[in-house]
Amino acid sequence: MAREITYAEAIKEAMCQEMRRDASVFLMGEDIGGYGGAFGVTKGMLAEFGPARVRETPISETAYVGAAVGAAMLGMRPVAELMFSDFMAVCYDQIINQAAKIHFMFGGKVNVPLVIRAAAGGGTGAAAQHSQSLEALYCHVPGLKVALPSTPYDAKGLMLTAIRDNNPVIFLEQKRLYPALGDVPEEAYAIPFGQADIKRAGGDVTLITYGRMVQMCLEVAAKLAPEGISAEVLDLRTLVPLDMASVLKSVGKTGRAVVVHEAVAFCGVGAEIAAGIVDSPLFGSLKAPVKRVGARYCPIPFNPALEENNFPTPSGIEAAIRQTLA
Amino acid sequence: MQTEHHLPARAAAPYDKAFLQRVMERMLLVRKFEDRVSLLFEQGHMHGTTHLCAGEEGTAVGTGMALGQKDYMLSTHRSHGQTLGKGVSANAAMAEMFGKATGTNGGYGGSMHIADIECGALGSNGIVAANAPIACGAALALKLRGETDRVVAVYFGDGASNAGAMHESMNLASAWALPVLFVLENNTYGMSTPLYKTAADTDLTKRALPYAIKSFEVDGNDVLAVYETVRAARAYALEHSAPALIVEHTYRTSGHSKSDDNQYRTLAEIAAWEAKSPIARFGEVLLANGFSPKELQALETAAERAVDAAEAYARKSPSPRPEGLERAVFAD
Repeated sequence: MAREITYAEAIKEAMCQEMRRDASVFLMGEDIGGYGGAFGVTKGMLAEFGPARVRETPISETAYVGAAVGAAMLGMRPVAELMFSDFMAVCYDQIINQAAKIHFMFGGKVNVPLVIRAAAGGGTGAAAQHSQSLEALYCHVPGLKVALPSTPYDAKGLMLTAIRDNNPVIFLEQKRLYPALGDVPEEAYAIPFGQADIKRAGGDVTLITYGRMVQMCLEVAAKLAPEGISAEVLDLRTLVPLDMASVLKSVGKTGRAVVVHEAVAFCGVGAEIAAGIVDSPLFGSLKAPVKRVGARYCPIPFNPALEENNFPTPSGIEAAIRQTLA
Repeated sequence: MQTEHHLPARAAAPYDKAFLQRVMERMLLVRKFEDRVSLLFEQGHMHGTTHLCAGEEGTAVGTGMALGQKDYMLSTHRSHGQTLGKGVSANAAMAEMFGKATGTNGGYGGSMHIADIECGALGSNGIVAANAPIACGAALALKLRGETDRVVAVYFGDGASNAGAMHESMNLASAWALPVLFVLENNTYGMSTPLYKTAADTDLTKRALPYAIKSFEVDGNDVLAVYETVRAARAYALEHSAPALIVEHTYRTSGHSKSDDNQYRTLAEIAAWEAKSPIARFGEVLLANGFSPKELQALETAAERAVDAAEAYARKSPSPRPEGLERAVFAD
């Protein structure tokens, strides 16, 4: 039965249900016990599962993310929380050189079923080192799966899939979405990776997006509808694997594409999507150049007006849509 | 926590002849393997790079043989000896060096990534100190599953002793009471840099102190002393469910990698260490314990033959196919 819970609660519910089902699942992270994690996602889990399975770590990201890799190699299913996705840079060796490569480099003889959860994204006044959206980096390293849910429903179903996956999954929780409410079934369910979701159907232009920007795209689409502009909003949900087939299907229908993400536009995921569109048989039938909307090329500034101005805005997305229709 | 200093094994009395022979066989296999790899590189039959461990047979074999069959071992980029010391097949290791499909890693890994999970070899690592956190995780898995009869040993070097990952890992293993043996092979140089240039205090046993870890120290060129020390450290780790640091002093007589022209040390220094190599020293022990020179010669010949067989096996093995590389990235 569905009821309204928050995005944060949906993630916790998936972890709790998997931990009840499978003794090999356990959590590691800084202040995830009594404190419940920096954003409260794991609140109450220590009481239910105890300190052996809800393991509070020293501030040693390299050691405990590496320990998650080692435990995964022996068949455990660790879920390691990094308070902020920016902190992955502290332990890139374990993520990029170890977790991503071990299955391949060891000839497929061992798996690394590991989830790294991290709060990503800006808009909280946390400035340059606590606000980034670095998903393009992980997409560029073969061996990492990358999930970025945009709703409580997706968050629960994608977390379940992440925990059951036999590979390292970077699970980027959108910190501005933690309090967002949505209908979520109580029972466990899986959302397969690599299946984009049409969050709003439309015929004139496709907005290809993910994470926090999905909601902003939906708002812009709703605003333009009375003018007779029908925008389809396609939520990628996972970037690796990437559901390019759904992108091409939608753009094949609309003939116009705008890619929107919170990450820096330059060398971002939008570049890959845009290239995938123009490098497809759709090239000749596109009605307009593919547009990209992303953050400006700068570290995230502190001043609230500067910060808001740094990210994509509804007016910026609207302007990009209008350019494709001009 | 105090340091246990292990004296050289003066007598081999507690060991039967068959055991002593196995120790020598394995050290000779390591040396002959390395000599062959060196030759094959020189002749252009192997590509890539490699890090040989000639002179370090005592630490590799003494440690590897002290570990139980079910124990796990994680090795460094200089892993051939450590890997063979744990009991990985020379055929599969050599085939991996040739990049063949029959190699330990199916030809996907090479010299720096040899792994044989069934043998307890959880992988060599090309990144200095990176295996220490992974070893903690392996030990954590054993602890969570209640497998209290196994330890995880992780090799690192004097160079790695200054890496943050080592310090974080020793702290984590101690804080979580994990049975990890941190095996510090002090081979005197981190690539070309002697320890005194990079650390104000060169007593590496002290690296255990801030983390309340017990440390052991041993002459790494005395293979039986290494064996006994690692056995003692292993027993301690199992009894207390706690980590231990084992500092094994040795010397790499081979260059750092195939590009090393030994500019940072003298030929006299290398020759002096070759004279006290663990194989030469253990040969004396064997002669004093009932082995004849002829028997020793036979062991050396047998090791040479084993490496001949490994090379032949590797050469005739098929290469991995390029199709489907992308499918090998992820597990099903």
